[in-house]
Amino acid sequence: MSVALELRGLAKSYGNFVAVEGADLAVEGGSFLTLLGPSGSGKTTILMMIAGFTEPTAGRLLLDGRDITALPPEKRAFGMVFQGYALFPHMTVAENIAFPLRVRGLGRAEREGKVRAALDLVQLMGFAERLPKQLSGGQQQRVALARALVFDPALLLLDEPLSALDKKLRAELQEELRALHRRVGRTFVNVTHDQEEALSLSDEVAILNHGRIIQKGAPAALYEHPRTRFVADFLGKSNFLRGVVREVGPEHIAVQCGPLRLRHFGAARLGEEVLLSLRPEKIALAQEGDNVLEGRVLSSAYLGAGHAVVLETPIGPIRVHQPAWRAAVEPAVGEALRMAWAADAATIVEDDDAA
Amino acid sequence: MRRDVVAKLRQDGGWYALLLPAFLLLSVFYVTPILQVLAISFLEPEPGFSNYQRIATNLSVQRVIITTLRICTITTLLALLLGYALSYTITLAGERARRWWLLCVLVPLWISVLVRAFAWVTLLRRQGLINQSLQGAGLITEPLELVWNEFGIIVGMVHYMVPYAVLPMLASMREIEPRLLAAARGMGASRAQVFARVFLPLSMPGVVAAGVLVFIFSLGFYITPAILGGGKTLMVAEWISLQILDLIRWGLGTMMATLLVVTILVTLAVFSRVVNMRRLFGGGA
Repeated sequence: MSVALELRGLAKSYGNFVAVEGADLAVEGGSFLTLLGPSGSGKTTILMMIAGFTEPTAGRLLLDGRDITALPPEKRAFGMVFQGYALFPHMTVAENIAFPLRVRGLGRAEREGKVRAALDLVQLMGFAERLPKQLSGGQQQRVALARALVFDPALLLLDEPLSALDKKLRAELQEELRALHRRVGRTFVNVTHDQEEALSLSDEVAILNHGRIIQKGAPAALYEHPRTRFVADFLGKSNFLRGVVREVGPEHIAVQCGPLRLRHFGAARLGEEVLLSLRPEKIALAQEGDNVLEGRVLSSAYLGAGHAVVLETPIGPIRVHQPAWRAAVEPAVGEALRMAWAADAATIVEDDDAA
Repeated sequence: MRRDVVAKLRQDGGWYALLLPAFLLLSVFYVTPILQVLAISFLEPEPGFSNYQRIATNLSVQRVIITTLRICTITTLLALLLGYALSYTITLAGERARRWWLLCVLVPLWISVLVRAFAWVTLLRRQGLINQSLQGAGLITEPLELVWNEFGIIVGMVHYMVPYAVLPMLASMREIEPRLLAAARGMGASRAQVFARVFLPLSMPGVVAAGVLVFIFSLGFYITPAILGGGKTLMVAEWISLQILDLIRWGLGTMMATLLVVTILVTLAVFSRVVNMRRLFGGGA
């Protein structure tokens, strides 16, 4: 494990506006952490505080246990890929990549060797003498990556690195970024508002809202066990069922949700009001299960891999994602359908204000 | 294709007719006199190249050309230096401070060049504010010769030219993405390195534009050198007026005027190349 970054109560406010509210976060050395949140959630502010461009109003920042809160950005020297890449337009690709080495006073021979290695790393050999504007978006992105990695920084910071690219290219570069992370073995801290990108790239994801870290964990853990309504809603889609706990058994609880009594795994107190998050893909149409609900199809959209169906039910509209291949039914608008889900399909979440 | 153009011309013909008065005005009152100046320079006092031969032979002609070029070069360099510092400060200033700075830069432009030249005379002359304060402080015993020489001319011209240097450089600097500067610092560059390797090269197009603008303006300066030079240091414009109005040597005067116009046109031709360079750099990544 190379390096561990730690945020202790790191906060930033501008006058009365609190951009980041005391963030505590530990990043394991060599891991890929993503700060995920909607715009204005404070994720970029946290990244800028890590990079040293924004001075925190409170809290400390530790690198390998060493306090770096007061260090200016050039002394931290973390690699950074900026939004829009920030390549120097007056320098060639090779000069851009050599820049961090040049300001460190490295000799010409050493510089050239490292630039070649970096170009090789991002598969841009043969582009060394081009100017940035002669490159495609994806190539520019790779130059930015090479430039950020060429001086062997302890930490690589990525500010929405893929947001300027089209969907197909984005998927390709996600793959590349992940491979690159494995190859260089450095700690990566990424900022994005794209939940798919966060899930596919990261070892760990921290979800932010209104300047606060709501939950941090491995992508699967976050998706399967969202702590709050916001997390469940922001990572993928979810149905929310509100009910009162009527029965607490050794394994199951029974939740009274409107006219329905639902069986669920989980711990809750008797008489407590709970909010259940139920993923649309965990509901099966026209099948039997622990919980069964009747509904009428309000709308159905074919998405290639599956159908996105909304059904009107006694407890409100319910979204269902049904794989299209060998589906039990072809949902038609107006049709009455039975849906079912297992007792372990839903998670009890805290009800914060969902954005 | 061709027919389209013709049809379009016919269609737009009415609009082109509206340009005619302005076109006539320009040709009659602007182009014709310039052509006449050109003609006189070859025809007076006798037809031939005699006036132009004096560039090579006449010492006084050579001296005025060299003096003018020297003063203009020094003025341009100083105006660029001061203007660059000002533009840099304005670029990095906050929104509010920037507006005040700009106002301070622009206000001198609204004050008559005559008023400014005489203001400098009162400051710089032997009994002026500067000499008296220096003498009062005991720093000098004899007053310094600050005016009615090249020094005075350069002070007045630089003062006049700084706003013209600031405006193109400021425009160029404001096009530089702040993110590039942050990126450079993030990669370990000190403030000085960020300036030398990123900011300065990216602001060069503005520096070149400002330099050409100030140099061309300076070449034809008349009032400021006439007042602050006190008739002892002659620049081209004053020399031309002297030849034509006082010595009635039209041939020589128009020759120098033609030389001035040609110099400006050549400078502009070089300048247009540099503008292409700027496009080559593009407006960022």
